[in-house]
Amino acid sequence: MAKIRTQKPGWFSGKALVMVLYILFLLIPIYWLINMSLKTNEEIISVFSVWPRHLTFDNYKTILTDASWYMGYVNSMIYVVLNVVISLTVALPAAYAFSRYSFIGDKHLFFWLLSNRMAPPAVFALPFFQLYSSVGLFDTHIAVALAHTLFNVPLAVWILEGFMRGVPKEIDETAYVDGYSFPRFFTRIFMPLIASGIGVAAFFCFMFSWVELLLSRTLTSVAAKPITAVMTRTVSASGMDWGVLAAAGVLTIVPGALVIYFVRNYIAKGFALGRV
Amino acid sequence: MTLELVSVSKSVSGRVHIHATDLVLQNGSMNVLLGATLSGKTSLMRLMAGLDKPSSGKILWNGHDVTGMRVQDRNIAMVYQQFINYPSMSVYDNIAAPLRLMRKSKSEIDKAVCESAALMKLTPQLARKPLELSGGQQQRCALARALVKGAGLVLLDEPLANLDYKLREELRTEIPKIFEASGAIFVYATTEPEEALLLGGNTAALHEGRVTQFGLTPEVYRLPKDAVTARVFSNPPMNFISVTKQGDQLSFANEQTAPALQTLDDGVYQAGFRPDHVALTRRTQSALEFKCQVQVSEITGSETYVHMDHQENKWIGLVDGVHHIAANQELSVFLDLAHIYLFGQDGSLLAPATYVKAA
Repeated sequence: MAKIRTQKPGWFSGKALVMVLYILFLLIPIYWLINMSLKTNEEIISVFSVWPRHLTFDNYKTILTDASWYMGYVNSMIYVVLNVVISLTVALPAAYAFSRYSFIGDKHLFFWLLSNRMAPPAVFALPFFQLYSSVGLFDTHIAVALAHTLFNVPLAVWILEGFMRGVPKEIDETAYVDGYSFPRFFTRIFMPLIASGIGVAAFFCFMFSWVELLLSRTLTSVAAKPITAVMTRTVSASGMDWGVLAAAGVLTIVPGALVIYFVRNYIAKGFALGRV
Repeated sequence: MTLELVSVSKSVSGRVHIHATDLVLQNGSMNVLLGATLSGKTSLMRLMAGLDKPSSGKILWNGHDVTGMRVQDRNIAMVYQQFINYPSMSVYDNIAAPLRLMRKSKSEIDKAVCESAALMKLTPQLARKPLELSGGQQQRCALARALVKGAGLVLLDEPLANLDYKLREELRTEIPKIFEASGAIFVYATTEPEEALLLGGNTAALHEGRVTQFGLTPEVYRLPKDAVTARVFSNPPMNFISVTKQGDQLSFANEQTAPALQTLDDGVYQAGFRPDHVALTRRTQSALEFKCQVQVSEITGSETYVHMDHQENKWIGLVDGVHHIAANQELSVFLDLAHIYLFGQDGSLLAPATYVKAA
């Protein structure tokens, strides 16, 4: 029998070094953001300090008490959730149809869906702006949510279709034989089966909508202004408010990190559009 | 209750899956669909269930036309070859699902579920999820769900094919008991002739989308209507040899002759015999002797399969006991005249083997 190589004990090893460097480089920007958010403006611009000399939570306090800041988060949350809900409600039946039935042009239609994502959002900024302005949807949450579905529905359909294809068709038929009506089967039996797929699709929709800046800024002015837009307009008369901006950045990362945590086990499958 | 197929056929994009079929399944009968893979067993079953619409023909249930009816309204149950359960529900909920949809009362559901779980020996697993069970238990769960509903038509599509040998034997002995208890029409698809014989009831032999014969299982086995049915309903498949009748003599491939017992016209016929009727020793004086070239022999423990060539025909012999037979040697095999079926050139049975009448 071959000898099993065991790792030498000791605190230094090549593997560990690579790992430490990797994590270090990944985390430095985030650490620096958190570091800045806990400093005063004077400290940020005057001295180089690896950790806050004068620890302060004033920056966070500003954001959480000033409506012009926290409403940015609220607005973003509203249209992101709206978008996820709309995208999934549309994508679920569509993906089911693509995975279960064959109809004329189904393969072309399926591919065409994805081609929607090939254009940069900027292309659609102008038509959306004009269209929404003329129908009175400008500066509403639903406007941004609808604009984002153009990119999210195709992605959600692709991801969900992959997951649905993995469910044998016989389960559908057994359910019908047992007496399930289609809506009941879909919600009681089928959706729990692809729950992880729904989670992953929701995550990808969330992520796109949460980080997308151009469309959301173009389609809003005051009432539905998203946090990313708020953050780009922080140059005041007294100069740049570094600390508050950093705190806003930290708070913007949090929701994404939370969502990632919930779907962490399925993300790889999601990136492969469910086809693993 | 009867299920009647009236010239039902099914073709998909120009290819015929099921040729026009007439079939009447009687109340409380066990019906076996026997045929090789792709012979149309599943297609026929899906038509019976209403999962597919027939291209032509009608399906009658108790005389009522149910051809276009939704599957949900058909009061049927179906078990697939794959173990199909609802993975997100516990075994209890799986079995209870059809009853809940029928809006039965809680106590009624509980009683029925416990009964059928006990019958399927699933009582200790009721709280678990199907995917945590072994293959046999998963399939028993599917069977329990199919039976609990008290459906008038229970379709079992090769339910035991994916199970290991031991479990298959075990469940196979249970299925006739379950069937008797239920009083429903059972349809059971299988590729194995032994399974059909063990289950009894009626057998429909299928070949390339056609029901070649439908009747009582032992009858279909002993009196196959034609060579195709005989081939389907014989494992290993039936052996054939051409035979010429001239006057009162039958001449087998110009090698052996026998007195012609049957009142047949002179001409060329096909003679068929089952592999288990092949003997390595002469047992009766009148036995026919054929010289064959051995291809390979397989020993299964208590039986020996001999694959051999007799002129241009490939034969298989199934003989009792362990015989070490080297390949590529010449071997004499013996065949009793009583075990020979005579088929016409078109394949239809002209004279059954005489042992059938004695049995």
